[in-house]
Amino acid sequence: MKAWVAILTADVARDLRSGNWWLPVAFFLLVALLFPFGVGPDARLLAATGGGMVWVAALLATLLPLDQIFSRDAASGALDQYALRSLSEEGLALTKILAHLISFGLPLIIAAVPAAALLGLAEARWGGLLRSLAIGLPGLSALGVTIAAVTLGQRGHGALGPLLLLPLAVPILIFGAGSLSDAGASAIYYLAACSLSALAIAPFAAGAALRAAREA
Amino acid sequence: MPQTAAPCHDKLPIRGTAPILSFDAIACVRGDNLLWRGLSGEVAAGGALRISGPNGSGKSSLLRVLAGLLPAAHGHVTRGCAIGLADERPALDPALTLTRALSFWAQVGGKGAGDVAHALDAMALVPLAQVPVAYLSTGQRRRAGLARLLIEDAPLWLLDEPTNGLDAASIARLESVIATHRAAGGAVIIATHLPIALDGAQLIALGGA
Repeated sequence: MKAWVAILTADVARDLRSGNWWLPVAFFLLVALLFPFGVGPDARLLAATGGGMVWVAALLATLLPLDQIFSRDAASGALDQYALRSLSEEGLALTKILAHLISFGLPLIIAAVPAAALLGLAEARWGGLLRSLAIGLPGLSALGVTIAAVTLGQRGHGALGPLLLLPLAVPILIFGAGSLSDAGASAIYYLAACSLSALAIAPFAAGAALRAAREA
Repeated sequence: MPQTAAPCHDKLPIRGTAPILSFDAIACVRGDNLLWRGLSGEVAAGGALRISGPNGSGKSSLLRVLAGLLPAAHGHVTRGCAIGLADERPALDPALTLTRALSFWAQVGGKGAGDVAHALDAMALVPLAQVPVAYLSTGQRRRAGLARLLIEDAPLWLLDEPTNGLDAASIARLESVIATHRAAGGAVIIATHLPIALDGAQLIALGGA
């Protein structure tokens, strides 16, 4: 347990130190800022589509840090050292999901407040938006870490990762954005189900992928 | 959750008795190439094994197979102890100072600041303790990787070209650290094409053909 805490702490510290965390956040806010220029100054239209736009922006922002999740550790030899210390690949994947969630998910949730304001979302809806992000982002982190493990060691995986991830993330996107509409009360439960399923499967899928990459 | 395998220095049998690692008729295939086959041997507590051979003869692959990082295409490897590996990648975060980068591995292994200080001292890295790993030279980085290995406290060391980039004084220091490790009941397997002092070491020569 101590080892996992050390790895999690070091990963989050590395993301904070290197300033990696603000790039997705800046991207996220830029999309929220530019979207009104694209669709025009119709406040009603913006308010109606803004929630879904925040979700699309959040999904795209989680793609940005993907290629660094395992490649730095693979290049430095740390992945081999973890394996030699009998630290399981599944545990490592779970640790990376938590680290991704803390380094990139939390700042996105905080940045969603100014993003919602930029898009002119009614204040009564902010709570629902933050709740849906809080439930959906762990699922996105889980999918992201899985894809990062699967594409580890592939040439040009910078482009391959998003291509593989986006279709898998569609259910979370549908129910996440759907939960914001008036008719979407039950969508939040489907969102939670998708997110939890991804979280449950991801450590095993990513762990198997990490082993395969090492033994290739 | 699995934890780091406990070092078993104190439980090791007397020098030169039961093997802490043995391998039987192992073979390695990389891509379509058969690198080597039919290798058998064992290493006992206090023992040493040297793997020699030209570039590309599969020395590093043999170390990875022995470490369990790579499956053997044939045969099997029996490991009785925790294994420490030092290759050309020190596995240290380049942005951190040497002390903090080593402290990370001390934390992972449940070791303390004293172990880090001891390892820095043993590899003569104390003057570089506050230098970021990215600024270290090739030889210094290699020594930093060996310091990481010392912190780990694993009974069996696998060293891949440990003398690469080291100056004469550092090689002598490495040889004495290895001798101390063996005297304490540890064992070492070294893959190198360069000479290194290893008393009573067995030899595996790869790729003679």
